[in-house]
Amino acid sequence: MLDRRTFFKHAGQSLAAMPAVWPSSGNAAPQKPLIWDVHFHLTNWPGETPEDRMKEIVKVLDRMGVDRVMLSLGYPLLENPSPEQLRAENDQVLRGIRCAPDRAYGFVYLNPNYVQASLDELNRCVHDGPMVGVKLWVARRCNAPELDPIVERAAAMKAPILQHTWLKVGGNGPGESTPYDLLELARRHPGVPLICGHTGGDWELGIRVIRSEKNVYSELAGSNPTSGYVEMAVRELGPERIIYGSDAFGRSIASQLGKVMGAEIPESARRLILAENLKRLLTPILRGKGYQA
Amino acid sequence: MVDVNVNLSRWPFRRLVGDEPADLVAGLRRREVTQAWTGTFDGIFHKDISSANARLAEDCHRHGPGLLIPFGSINPKLPDWQEDLRRCHEAHKMPGIRLHPNYHGYDLKDRAFADVLHLSAARRLVVQLVVSMEDERTQPPLTRVAAVDLAPLPDLLQSSPGARVVILNADHVHNFQLSEKLLSAGDVYFDISMVEGVGGVSHLAQKISVQRVLFGSNYPLYYFESAMLKVRESAFTEAGRQAVLEENARRLLAA
Repeated sequence: MLDRRTFFKHAGQSLAAMPAVWPSSGNAAPQKPLIWDVHFHLTNWPGETPEDRMKEIVKVLDRMGVDRVMLSLGYPLLENPSPEQLRAENDQVLRGIRCAPDRAYGFVYLNPNYVQASLDELNRCVHDGPMVGVKLWVARRCNAPELDPIVERAAAMKAPILQHTWLKVGGNGPGESTPYDLLELARRHPGVPLICGHTGGDWELGIRVIRSEKNVYSELAGSNPTSGYVEMAVRELGPERIIYGSDAFGRSIASQLGKVMGAEIPESARRLILAENLKRLLTPILRGKGYQA
Repeated sequence: MVDVNVNLSRWPFRRLVGDEPADLVAGLRRREVTQAWTGTFDGIFHKDISSANARLAEDCHRHGPGLLIPFGSINPKLPDWQEDLRRCHEAHKMPGIRLHPNYHGYDLKDRAFADVLHLSAARRLVVQLVVSMEDERTQPPLTRVAAVDLAPLPDLLQSSPGARVVILNADHVHNFQLSEKLLSAGDVYFDISMVEGVGGVSHLAQKISVQRVLFGSNYPLYYFESAMLKVRESAFTEAGRQAVLEENARRLLAA
């Protein structure tokens, strides 16, 4: 079992004094939980090339005990990339994951304003390439019908979809989805796993919005580490529908991981959230590609 | 370990694990915190701030003697706030006070703020200045409160000799320049509770000075572990880690 007390004890120690992984007690198995991060970007990391940035990423992953990240979006951040820009962004991610295949999988960045180009990218990067999921951001709200062929194609490839969502009290951006939009999409595609990025940010609302649709997963990244978030998600959705993510570089891995490590939830739920749920979602496509799941 | 950013009482919009004094103390002890600079949520929202401060002092003494160090709230827009300041110092023996300008309806250009700084400096009270409590994008619609604009503070500090200020709940990512300016203007420290970005805390320490960075969790409003893990994420030397986790805060309070 993961020993959270031990985790806390070592969390503040210097790098030199810290064990590389969570320590085991006696003959027990190592206590560090498996940690997979579904929401991770190349953007803003130091380094001129994707390979340079990946080296920096791996150093921090090692320090934080994160085993694997789902990498999406290149640099610079483009909210409404053209087909050519999409391709360039995805090429950066392909280079990143190729130089650290044991630490990162790729999620292909698509833009529903360019449906055919997005389908072509899906084929190139997922069907014919090494990527294993889809990332949708703020180009177009996800309740739009243009999303349907993308979702259908991704589902056929067994690639889960991570969709950015927010519920800003001052109003969302024009192409920025809400959890309500994702709910509409989910109802048109029952059974297709959709990951509700940020759970709308305003998680006390977002959790309620997605509660009824079992194929929608709550993702924890990119908001302040407000107490009660993970506990409410576990209570209302069940631990099987929650997935850890950080939204690094913009967010600290630490601030986001702290939500899960600090939550008053059973250790079995913590393990599901930190990696096992995502691993379960990805297992079909990983096996299909011959990766060790 | 010294946590300079802890609150007692109830956050009005959500029950929190640790919002009972005994639970808060147990949570801090479990995490090996040996001193917690503790304010009260009541000081943000109540008009009768005198009783809020009295309860804070009593709860700290009763539930966490030696662990919970009370920092009373001062609202300089309330009548006779100077008496609140006097009580915090003389009656409750508090080493400092906490300010929430945005929740109390003034900005740092307000004369009242300069008065608080002067009087606090005269009494050798540490002033904790809270920039924000929540992400502005997710605040309840009826209590939307913008973050405090710190831009006027450097000039004010230069005209308030002896003032010691701790900035709480600030994210420096977009304004390291102001943080550097603040540092050169006076005796200013920053907590890490809302510092974001990968390695954000070590970046802050490099930009200003590791001697001016304090461990603050914003517990129990935030998960304590988020702040704790930021220390891990930052590649501090052992000396730097000790400075942030404990020594800087103890030195500030002893001064």
